[in-house]
Amino acid sequence: MFSFIIRRLAVAVPTILALITVSFVLMHAAPGGPFTNERNVPEAVMENIEAKYNLDKPLWQQYFIYVGNVAQGDLGPSFRYKDFTVNELIESSFPRSAYIGAWSFLFVVVFGVGLGIIAALKQNRWPDYTVMTAAMTGVVFPNFVMAPLLVLLFAVTLRWLPAGGWEGGQVEYIVLPIIAMATSYIAQVARITRSSMIETMRSPFIRTARAKGIPRHKIVLRHALKPSLIPVVSYLGPAFVGIITGSVIIDQVFSTGGIGQHFVNGAINRDYSLILGVTILVGVLTIIFNAAVDILYTWLDPRVRY
Amino acid sequence: MLFSDKHAGMGELADALADDAYTEGRSLWRDARRRFMQHRAAVASLAVLALLLLFAVFGQYLSPWDNESIDWASLPNLDEDGAPGLASQHYFGLDPIGRDLYQRTVQGSRISLMVGVLGALTAVIIGTLYGAISGYVGGRTDAIMMRTLEVLSAFPFMFLVIVLMAVFGRNVLLIFVAIGAVSWLNMARIVRGQTLSLKRKEFIEAAMAIGVHPFLIVVRHVVPNVLGVVIVYATLLVPEMILFESFISFLGLGVSEPYTSWGALISEGADAMWTAPWTLIFPMLMLVLTLFCFNFLGDGLRDALDPKDR
Repeated sequence: MFSFIIRRLAVAVPTILALITVSFVLMHAAPGGPFTNERNVPEAVMENIEAKYNLDKPLWQQYFIYVGNVAQGDLGPSFRYKDFTVNELIESSFPRSAYIGAWSFLFVVVFGVGLGIIAALKQNRWPDYTVMTAAMTGVVFPNFVMAPLLVLLFAVTLRWLPAGGWEGGQVEYIVLPIIAMATSYIAQVARITRSSMIETMRSPFIRTARAKGIPRHKIVLRHALKPSLIPVVSYLGPAFVGIITGSVIIDQVFSTGGIGQHFVNGAINRDYSLILGVTILVGVLTIIFNAAVDILYTWLDPRVRY
Repeated sequence: MLFSDKHAGMGELADALADDAYTEGRSLWRDARRRFMQHRAAVASLAVLALLLLFAVFGQYLSPWDNESIDWASLPNLDEDGAPGLASQHYFGLDPIGRDLYQRTVQGSRISLMVGVLGALTAVIIGTLYGAISGYVGGRTDAIMMRTLEVLSAFPFMFLVIVLMAVFGRNVLLIFVAIGAVSWLNMARIVRGQTLSLKRKEFIEAAMAIGVHPFLIVVRHVVPNVLGVVIVYATLLVPEMILFESFISFLGLGVSEPYTSWGALISEGADAMWTAPWTLIFPMLMLVLTLFCFNFLGDGLRDALDPKDR
C-alpha cells in the first residue's frame, strides 16, 4: 500500500506540472492581456501594473516564478479582483461549492445505489421498470437543463422556493441546486448498480449463500453489495469531478457564489491567475479522488492488491 | 446412367446444401441487425433521430420567417404577442430579441447535431487508431502510450476546454476539434483491450507471416474487427458531445452570434423564462428528445453488437 501511494505521487506530480504548463501557455497565448480593457492608462502606470504582476518579465521567467509560488501553496494575486489573492477568493467560494457538492454526492450514493439495488432485485417487474424509466429520464436531464427547469417550476410558477442566492446555506436556498446537481448522477449510478448487482446475484457464491438458507436481505447486504459496488466506485471518482465542474452551471443559475462563478468570470475577464488557480485546484482534487477510488478497490475486492 | 444419376443426386444435395447455407448462414452483421430490430425502443429512436435530422436540414422551409430578421410588430409586447401560435406562424414563439424561435431552433439543431457527430467522429478516429496501435505494437510503446493516457485522463478537461474557448475566441470549428480531441481517451482504452485479444488470432498471424506492413494490419485487419464495439461507443459519444457543447454554450463560451446551438438557446431562455417561458422550453425539449433517442439507440446497438456485455 505504501509503495502504491508513492507510485501514485510519482504520476501525480508530472500530471499537475503538465496541467499547469498547458493552462499557463494557453492563457498567455491569448490575444489581449488582463489589462487591455483599462481605458486611457498612462504608459508609466501600465508599466507599473505589469511590473507588479511580473508581466514585464520574459514568459519562461513568469512560468518559473509561478510554479515556485504554487509549490508553496501561493496561487498569486487575482488580476481582476484587485485587493484579493486567488487563495482568498478560493477560500471564500470553495466551501459553498463543497457544501452543495457534498450533499449532492451523498444523495447520489444513497439514492443511486438504493434504487439500483431495488431495480436489480425486482428485475423485469414493475419496480425495475419504474426505476429504469426514471433513470433514463434523469440521464437526459443534465444539470444545465435541470437547473433552469427547476427555477421555472418551483420559483417562477409555484413560488415555493427562492430562485437563487446563498443566505448562509439555508435549506430553502440549497434544495434546488442539490436536486439540479444530483439528478443525472443518481440516474447513472442507479443504472450501473442495477446491472452489476444483477450480475453478482447470478454468481456461484450467491447461490451457495442461498443454498445455506441465509435470508435474502443478509445475502444482499453482506455478500452481494460489496462486489457489486466496484463499477459504481469507478464511476464515482470521475463523477465527483463532474460535480465540481457542474458547480459552474449551478453557480451561474442559482447565484450561489461558489467556485464556478469565479472560473467563468476568470475565463471571460482573462484573469490568468484566478483561472489557473481554479484549474490547478480541480486537477489536484481529481488526482486525489482517483487515488481514493483505487484504494477503495482493495477494500471492495480483496483480490486487488498494490 | 448410374453415375449421372448419382451425380444428379449429389448435385441436388449440393444445391440444397448451398441453399441451406444461404438461408441459415447468418453473418455477424445480419445477426446484429436482427437483434437490433427486436429492440423496439432503439428502432423508434432511430426513426425519431431521422426526423430530427430532416428537421435540422429542411425545417427552415416550413416557416415564412427567417432566423435573422426581427418581428418588429410583436417585439414591443413580447410577453403576449411573442408567444407560440399558429396564427402568427411563430410556431415556437419569439426569442428574447424578437427573432423567430422556430427558425433559431432549426439553426441550433444543425449546429448541435453537427458538433455531436463530428466531435464523436474525431474522438472515434483518434481513439481507435491510438488504441489499436498501442495494443498491436505492445511492449514499451504500449506502456508509454498508456501512461500518457493516464496522465491525460487526470486532466480536468472541461476546464481546459473552457480556457481554450476563452483564449481563442468562440469559434464553431474550434469547438469541434477541442471537444473531439479530449474525448477519445476511453475509446482508446476500449479499443486497446480488444486489440490485445485480437492480436493472437490466426488471421493476424497469417497477415504477419506474409509480411503485411504493421500499419496496414492495424488498419485493414484490426480496426474492422473492433468496429462493433466502436460503433456502440460512438453512438454513446454523440449525446455526450452534444451535452459538452451545450454546456459550454450555456456558459456563454461556446458558439457565438449569429450562430446558435441548443445550449446557447437554453441559456437565452433561462434568462428570459420569467416572462417568456417558451424560450426555455422548446430548445430544452429538442435537446432532451435527442439525448433520449441517442441513449436508446446506444442501448439497442450494444445489445446487437456487443451481446456479452449485458
